[in-house]
Amino acid sequence: MTAGFRTLFRKEVLRFWKVSFQTVAAPVLSALLYLVIFSHALAGHVEAYPGVGYVQFLVPGLAMMSMLQNAFANASSSIIQSKITGNIVFILLAPLTPGDLFAAYLLAAVVRAVVVGAGVVLAVAWLVPLPPPNILWLAAFAFVGSGILGALGIVAGIWAEKFDQLAAFQNFVVMPLTFLAGVFYSVQSLPPFWQAASHFNPFFYAIDGFRYAFFGQADVSPWTSLAIAGAAFCALSWSTLRLLQRGYKLRH
Amino acid sequence: MGAVEVREARKRFGAVQALDGVSLTVGEGEFFALLGPNGAGKTTLISALGGLVRTDSGTLRVMGRDVVSEYDAARRLLGIVPQEIVFDPFFSVRETLELQSGYFGLRDNGAWIDELLGRLALGSKADANMRSLSGGMKRRVMVAQALVHRPPVIVLDEPTAGVDVELRQTLWQFVRELNAAGHTILLTTHYLEEAQALCSRIAMMKAGRIVALDSTSRLLAAFSERVLRVKLDGCGLPADLAAQATVDVDGWHRIPVGGAAQVESALARLREAGARVSHLEVAEPELEEVFVKIMARGEAATGALA
Repeated sequence: MTAGFRTLFRKEVLRFWKVSFQTVAAPVLSALLYLVIFSHALAGHVEAYPGVGYVQFLVPGLAMMSMLQNAFANASSSIIQSKITGNIVFILLAPLTPGDLFAAYLLAAVVRAVVVGAGVVLAVAWLVPLPPPNILWLAAFAFVGSGILGALGIVAGIWAEKFDQLAAFQNFVVMPLTFLAGVFYSVQSLPPFWQAASHFNPFFYAIDGFRYAFFGQADVSPWTSLAIAGAAFCALSWSTLRLLQRGYKLRH
Repeated sequence: MGAVEVREARKRFGAVQALDGVSLTVGEGEFFALLGPNGAGKTTLISALGGLVRTDSGTLRVMGRDVVSEYDAARRLLGIVPQEIVFDPFFSVRETLELQSGYFGLRDNGAWIDELLGRLALGSKADANMRSLSGGMKRRVMVAQALVHRPPVIVLDEPTAGVDVELRQTLWQFVRELNAAGHTILLTTHYLEEAQALCSRIAMMKAGRIVALDSTSRLLAAFSERVLRVKLDGCGLPADLAAQATVDVDGWHRIPVGGAAQVESALARLREAGARVSHLEVAEPELEEVFVKIMARGEAATGALA
């Protein structure tokens, strides 16, 4: 990693921070709206876990969903905007290594995700009583979950040549995988087929593990979740680095 | 060692052979022009130097450093001002330059940034957002961006396209001073009078190949000549002069003259023949003529091959 990494990382954080109303406040508001609507619609729903009411259950899932979506949005939109406006040349002409590019975009995505996630949890904390979370599990799943989506965002941003291609990636890959990852329900309440299908979705493990950090109970063991989500993160990171080393769609 | 050394560079984009075996050396401290029509491969060559394009074969070096295997060193030695005006709308002028310095690992580059801002007449706009600048000012910021790391080799890809006269003057003065201070300058432009005035050596590209490469003075001597341009009042040229002369679109006659002696003899011949000269000028050799001739020659060569 070169000294240039720090600057690129700082620039990526500044980029979303300068428009934080749109990049932080808006997703926190969306999560709150989901919470209000679902908690009213499903208020009579049975407890998801013993001692955990539905609304409580919903909070970590919504927070993680917001984190996943914003990690993806940060990396992908930054890269595609730079590509389309052309200012990516200034980054490509600098002696930044593929590792610098990867780490800077990824970590900035994680920072945005953590800010949004913290915003969601803090905003609902005065509406819904939550037990104090286990900080280590919380941090581990926050990092791994937003890391997976940050890497995926880098890949999508590099691959897409137009904004509608990026939107397609978001709508047909990221959204279904997040919504089908047990944000709004415990997957144990699903029919066997969908329950099995959910276990192939790495997002499910990120959400399930994140929930474990709050309640000390989840659909699968947090170690299993961490192993699977961690493996997905490593595999995606490796592929993303390879793309950057090859200069795929960046260096022609 | 040349400042820029290109050996047998080839690059194909689909059906287009953008670089077709380009070899070229630009010496240290030279002011060098790379000319050619649109699509000749100039920008591809420059992009390959900066690592934006990867050639299919051949080697490119900047101050002896290979642009692929030693990209870190090569990019620190090279400053490219891209042709298209591009900017990041999230940042101010100063932030843009600070970020660019940071990408090169330079902290505390403020003094040099201030100097660049001053030299490029951007001082009053230092804290303005990039979006609010005019096209010419954005272009100046791009020049500053290319220079934040004080590269010994500077590449300007059509820096004066669509730029007003005043900025052109400031820009060329600054670039000349950089050249005088030892920087190597590689320039592409469609304004041939700029290349003729500034550059000591010139390469002309066509269809991915170098079709001419020589000093500006030799190219001018070989392909252009001094002409006596005259406008006559109601009569034609005497037959012997008419045989070697041509007529311009504005109706002026062009009589080739090597030196001052031939100007005199041509004028004497006109007087003898009783031709009444209403207007007269001596036109010096022009790069534009060289360019047109060399491009036409290339055409013929391509035609003969096909």
